[in-house]
Amino acid sequence: MTASLTFVGRSLRHSVRSIDALLTAVLLPVAILLMFVYVFGGAIDAGGRYVDYVVPGIIVLCAGFGSASTAVAVAVDMTTGVIDRFRTLPIPSGAVLTGHVTASVARNVVSTSLVIAVALIAGFRPEVDPARWLAAAALLLALMVAISWMAAAFGLLAKTIEGANAITFVAAFAPYVSSAFVPAESMPAGLRWVAEHQPVTPIADSVRALTMGTPVGDELWIAFAWCAAGIVVGRAAAAYLFRQN
Amino acid sequence: MPYTIEVEGLRKRFGNATVLDGVDLQVQAGEVFALLGPNGAGKTTTVRILTTLLAPDGGTARVAGHHVVREPNAVRAAISLTAQEAAVDGMLTGAENLRMMARLRGAPKGIADDLLERFDLVEAAGRRVESYSGGMRRRLDLAMSLVQRPQVLFLDEPTTGLDPRSRRAVWDAVTTLADEGVTVLLTTQYLEEADRLAQRIAVIDGGRVIEQGTAAELKARIASEVLELHFADRSQRIPVNGPDDVRRALEAHPDAERIELHQPSLDDVFLAVTR
Repeated sequence: MTASLTFVGRSLRHSVRSIDALLTAVLLPVAILLMFVYVFGGAIDAGGRYVDYVVPGIIVLCAGFGSASTAVAVAVDMTTGVIDRFRTLPIPSGAVLTGHVTASVARNVVSTSLVIAVALIAGFRPEVDPARWLAAAALLLALMVAISWMAAAFGLLAKTIEGANAITFVAAFAPYVSSAFVPAESMPAGLRWVAEHQPVTPIADSVRALTMGTPVGDELWIAFAWCAAGIVVGRAAAAYLFRQN
Repeated sequence: MPYTIEVEGLRKRFGNATVLDGVDLQVQAGEVFALLGPNGAGKTTTVRILTTLLAPDGGTARVAGHHVVREPNAVRAAISLTAQEAAVDGMLTGAENLRMMARLRGAPKGIADDLLERFDLVEAAGRRVESYSGGMRRRLDLAMSLVQRPQVLFLDEPTTGLDPRSRRAVWDAVTTLADEGVTVLLTTQYLEEADRLAQRIAVIDGGRVIEQGTAAELKARIASEVLELHFADRSQRIPVNGPDDVRRALEAHPDAERIELHQPSLDDVFLAVTR
């Protein structure tokens, strides 16, 4: 426990001190939000006000994108000698990964809050219902934890920092082929199939339904199931790869 | 008597390359032991196995009485490693690095300040380590290995690439630790370093220990003296035992302009036993 907490502190310090990464994590989602609302928004017909449609999608994008930076942080650790020092300590193996993942979730909570604040200024008008907000927050948190563990595993697999960066692109582009920004029904058949079956769609739809007060169906459980699967698989893969390296 | 480090028939392959081909070592408690060898001899691989970072393919290794494969955490509790590449966190300050290690080792917090003092890092304590020079990094690295006094300290080429002043600082630290009773296993390519610090030396090449003993024993084993022949454009060292050898060497090299007779250095041992 002490070891994990120590590593959380270390990773948080890293987060605060890598100014460029911090700016990317915080400003990029805000920039994307503003772009979708004010640049593309006027031309997209999603039924109803577009800002209300797109903000949940941006929040999901932001969570995914921010968590993916964990891959780079882990890869940096693995390519420097410092990891050998941690591995030769009598502490639970993988405590250093717990530190990275926890700090990643903390970073994302901050940037997601900022996105929501800017969205409110830009005209986002969610339903006020604490129970639904709590459910949405729990889902987003689960998503952040899942992507952070997957990213940690990827960072261990990547061998190089450049390679680890690749997952950032997957995390940044996957939401575009989903219902995050435009309804899946508006896409050509092939893409539509992808959009309807990939995890971002039920997650974005659930966050949207929860915040806008529309009926929530099975997609919420599907969304949670995807996140749970991500956490289990990502964590197991990360633990395995950490021992192998 | 039980050895602090006991290695028998250690083997390791990476793909088709045999890196360790049956390494045997015995290191006594409180001893400074040097593993001497050229690049690629298997020194680092040996250290990585002994510090639980790598699993061997064959053979057994015990450190501080514990089996490195079966009881890695017991081994880790007894050792510290200072690897070839400085294992410091560049984004943290020197003081933060030391405090982090103290927490991870369960050592008192005040140890960080003591170590900053001891390794001449007080002024740089509040600066991020990425701005440190190579020598400062190495000193911090060593300090981080000492937040809790280890029973066994592993130093993998601790002075490679250091300027003479930093090298001396590392040597002083090793000597102090040895005086305090810490068992030290260090690897080096520098014969001077092995000669100066270690009570016993193992020469390792091609994944095997080819000579083992004190510096004096190793030197005596190749020859009683070394004849150095100076030519117009080069010089050559030839191990000799007695006047007959000297005579033969001179007859074989009639163009020698000047000769010197030396005690064998570890360099001579090294060149004689490694191919």
